[in-house]
Amino acid sequence: MIVDTGSAAAWESDPYVVPWPEMRPFWAAAAEGRFMMPRCIACQKYHWHPRPLCPFCRSSDIELVESRGQGTIYSYGIACTWTPPHAVAFVETHEGPVILTKIVDCDLAELRIGLPVRVKLMPVTGGRSLPFFTPHR
Amino acid sequence: MDLRGAAYVVGAYEHPTRHAPDKSVALLHMECARGALEDAGLGFEDVDGYFCGVDAPGGTAVYMADYLNLNLRHVGGGELGGSGPIGFVGHAAAAIAMGKCNVALITMAGRPRAEGQRIGTERQTFTPDFPFAPWDEHFDWTISTLYANYARRHMHEFGTTSEQLAWVKVSASHHAQYNPLARLRQVFTVDDVLNSPMVSDPLHRGDCCVITDGGGALVIAKPEIARSLNRPRVKLRGFGEYNKVNNGGMIDMVHSGAAGSGPPAFAMAEVTPSDIRYASIYDNFTPMVIMQIEDLGFCEKGEGGRFVMDGNLISGVGRLPWNTDGGGMCNNHPMNRGGMTKMIEAVRQLRGEAHPKVQVGDCSIALASGPGLINGVGHFHSTAILERE
Repeated sequence: MIVDTGSAAAWESDPYVVPWPEMRPFWAAAAEGRFMMPRCIACQKYHWHPRPLCPFCRSSDIELVESRGQGTIYSYGIACTWTPPHAVAFVETHEGPVILTKIVDCDLAELRIGLPVRVKLMPVTGGRSLPFFTPHR
Repeated sequence: MDLRGAAYVVGAYEHPTRHAPDKSVALLHMECARGALEDAGLGFEDVDGYFCGVDAPGGTAVYMADYLNLNLRHVGGGELGGSGPIGFVGHAAAAIAMGKCNVALITMAGRPRAEGQRIGTERQTFTPDFPFAPWDEHFDWTISTLYANYARRHMHEFGTTSEQLAWVKVSASHHAQYNPLARLRQVFTVDDVLNSPMVSDPLHRGDCCVITDGGGALVIAKPEIARSLNRPRVKLRGFGEYNKVNNGGMIDMVHSGAAGSGPPAFAMAEVTPSDIRYASIYDNFTPMVIMQIEDLGFCEKGEGGRFVMDGNLISGVGRLPWNTDGGGMCNNHPMNRGGMTKMIEAVRQLRGEAHPKVQVGDCSIALASGPGLINGVGHFHSTAILERE
């Protein structure tokens, strides 16, 4: 397997990564194509946005679990004034948390609440990779 | 200690401008402050407490107080978004009740129109220090696409329709036609809204508020001072505030923060929604009005779309006269923040100083309510219940 060390270096200097040293494992995994979801070992709940303290039981025993990468559209809105238009959505993940994202590689007319989607990690400006979603065909 | 009767709104002023290319933001704050103090019959030398949001140059009351040359015993404020001026009324009342100040000034102003902002449709950039920014930045979301999400979910869960959303704009426009300063004075029909361009599907252009320059100010005073002034007395009777969070991703998209700020405000005031003669409810986008009307208890959850139909929000026509200045929908949305103008029109109604065509008869109790910042990213909400004494 060819490892693209160039992109790995890129995420490390992303201005949205640098101030959050405790979250580096999330971005390292994302750069390798693995979408991690934080889960509390104490109360077993997943949460989003990721943080090293459980927002529910306040335990600091958090593990990053590779997400199944699947979910359904919880709601969406289409930015019609942009060229081209795009869909900003909230996706209800298989693990439970509902996360803000953008739906890519889709026909905007096919979108509906409840539509199955799967994650597509893609690098953004700055170098870190974010969980976009695409219809699951 | 509760805040019922702890303070009065003795001064209120809405800046007449809607476009201010030749004025600084600091000057707009100054002019608003002067207008509200003149309205109250007080002077700058009487102010000993000051509250403002990050719309004030420098981002804190401390710097703005220097420009205004205030001699303060108490400063407050902070970033509560558009809800700020309503929240600050409660915070000022608490400060007054504790003896920290006697006369509190609240200002809000800005000039997004002169600066060419397209606040609803342009990309919002949050710096990396915001707790959510690493995860939410770069998805090309805009404020209107987030509200489009909330609208669509409400439609999905409750059957709310685009026609029902349009009634919010239609109602505001019926009021704005009588306001010579309103940014939009055109009377809209439901079809006008539905035929307007789609901005963020399912929201049309008509579902969005206006972008205007300007601002406003309020003067809050302790009861003894209010009684010494030659103005109709507007008493704070109830107040509530609530900060709605994402709850670790277990989000609730169909309730606004009003579900948290409304009940304590009504409990403090010892009134129910049916006692409210007039309501100012912040209208950045039409679905937000429907959600707040439900969450404040004016109707059952999910019934807001049906509630607003057929002119039920139009003064003299419906059950809940609302935003009789034309609201953010049509009149004014200075600095992209709606709380100030909501408070001001509620004060006008209680004093009997609204436009005669929209003045509510015997307006004894009014409510002002509004969200700040963005539901699902950070959402503060405050509700004030005011009484004419």
